[in-house]
Amino acid sequence: MEAFEILLQANFWAAAIRIATPLIFGVIGALICERAGVLNLGIEGIFVAGAMAGWLAVYLGAGLWTGVAIAALVGALFGLLHGLFTVILGLSQHVTGIGITLFATSAAYFGYRVAFPSVTEPPRIMAFQPLDLAALKLIPVIGPALAQQTALTWLAFACVALAALILYRTPLGLAIRAVGDNPASVDAQGLSVAGLRMGALAAGSALMALGGAFLTMSAFNAFFFGMINGRGWVCIALTVFASWRPEKALIGALLFGAFDAYQVRLQTLAGGIVPSQVFLMMPYILSIVALVLVARRADYPRALMKPYIKGER
Amino acid sequence: MIRFEPRAAPSPLLAVTIPMAAAFGSLLIALAILKLTGTPVLSAAGLLVNGAAGSLFALTETLTRATPLILTGLAVTVAFRARLWNIGAEGQLYAGALAAVAVGGGQIDAPAFILIPLICLAGAAAGALLLLGPVLLKARLSVDEVVTTLLLNFIVLLVVQMMLEGPMKDPMGMGWPQSIPILDEAALPRLFAQMRLHAGLLIALAAALGVHLLLGATVLGYEMRAVGGNPAAARFAGIPVDATLAKTALLSGALAGLAGASEVAGLKGYLTADLSPGFGYSGIVVAMLAALNPLAVVPAAIFAAGVFVGADTMSRTLGISNYFADLTVSLALLCVLVGSLFLRYRLRWVGRR
Repeated sequence: MEAFEILLQANFWAAAIRIATPLIFGVIGALICERAGVLNLGIEGIFVAGAMAGWLAVYLGAGLWTGVAIAALVGALFGLLHGLFTVILGLSQHVTGIGITLFATSAAYFGYRVAFPSVTEPPRIMAFQPLDLAALKLIPVIGPALAQQTALTWLAFACVALAALILYRTPLGLAIRAVGDNPASVDAQGLSVAGLRMGALAAGSALMALGGAFLTMSAFNAFFFGMINGRGWVCIALTVFASWRPEKALIGALLFGAFDAYQVRLQTLAGGIVPSQVFLMMPYILSIVALVLVARRADYPRALMKPYIKGER
Repeated sequence: MIRFEPRAAPSPLLAVTIPMAAAFGSLLIALAILKLTGTPVLSAAGLLVNGAAGSLFALTETLTRATPLILTGLAVTVAFRARLWNIGAEGQLYAGALAAVAVGGGQIDAPAFILIPLICLAGAAAGALLLLGPVLLKARLSVDEVVTTLLLNFIVLLVVQMMLEGPMKDPMGMGWPQSIPILDEAALPRLFAQMRLHAGLLIALAAALGVHLLLGATVLGYEMRAVGGNPAAARFAGIPVDATLAKTALLSGALAGLAGASEVAGLKGYLTADLSPGFGYSGIVVAMLAALNPLAVVPAAIFAAGVFVGADTMSRTLGISNYFADLTVSLALLCVLVGSLFLRYRLRWVGRR
């Protein structure tokens, strides 16, 4: 029965939303890129760079929101670098993405070591605090769970709404979706395929960086090595699971957060019989399961991973 | 304006010079970044070269570091040639290392001439089986192998940590999370006295030659290249695409698994969770620097290993983080990607029309 009661605890749902928040940023970012036809495997490294940049800015005295803006800017720059390789030069999206991940990760780690040559305890910052909205507490279970969240979680929710609005209710969104399905049609409309794809990469990568920044500026309040730990790759799996739709991305990320928070709580109930690593493995196994569940009917953007060269078919 | 024009045939001269220029260019960019941090760049570069190749000891250390990189580089080469996106060499390496400890850790008592081949086979088999899973998922359920192989890296590392705290824990480890040591009979012989360089290098070189022959002179190699070139055309021509991908996966995974077995049996003697500082991921850089040519994997791996070993010396002396090496190697990947364009296209200046 205890295993069931967990589901009624506000703290459990608060943890689920906390785990989901960086994934929401990451999945929305990845789906914007992929909707425009570019697989951005730089995501893991962009998470690291965003986490590092936002945190470092605040540590050096910038305001929290300035830190968020700097993280987004760094992410966008890596997105544009990705675009230079894959959109402008038409190089392999797989290899470029891995290259961006390796480059962004090592640059962030190297930068951290240059700034802090010999710290053993990661320096902490005054991070975002829970917004504690009084009105929310009236809702049972979910209300108090939401009240524990910081402004960045609300920003993530807003990004979902904004992404859905833009993708499905504006001409720009139509163009982005078209450029990932049939770039020639966009070209025929007189719109710039490269421009749309570069824009999507910049915006999507900025969101990925915010996912990283959430971890250092709202969850752990410090930067340390290996902290992203595959979250970016999980986002790539969840993007397929969400069928490239923002609202499903939100549900998928929350479901994932709930599963992860739940199994960690089961671990304390299990009382040390099962090795802790089994529980740490769960997020990755869950991601693979999520992929397997939908892979057969996954409707990939038609032009995903196909560089567009004017005049070629 | 400047225009890219496709080349009729890639120039053989450029095929050699472009990767070298990319490697050199990545070093220059990395040193320029180092300059920004206020480090004396010339002495840093000197220390780097000296640390990688300044003495016989330095050279053997570089070759020792190159050994697993040759094998993971080959693993990636084989896979990418058939357009199988195996990003999981890191996990396959650890699977091979686990198998090596399982076989060589004292459960089997046999002389060296039996135990050493056995340990290599076990490592290769473990890596091969680990990659077979994602490829079957791809073939049967069309699950993208990029994500599954990437995620398996994290899962396998946790399995390693679990084994190190559980069944494979060294009772003499004084609390350090390390495995039981392998038997002396299972250890690969050292090539020189007083040096760490071991017979794993010979295995890696033989593997490079073997993969070269396989790709160039066998039916399987032809099928792999055909599947990598154009899967639809290959299928139309009657090539069993899924079976070819499965064989590619077994071969690629085996090479990465062999890297893990060689590190355990040749270098460390036991398994720890930090056995590989990203050899699997660096293998991608090595393979791309080698332009997916198995023989060229050897010099590419030696270059990457030299950067890592040299950066270690540099960081010890100047107090620079040895993430400098990761930075350089990642830049090499981006540089060689841009360079690959010039192999396929030529730049032509065309006047305004």
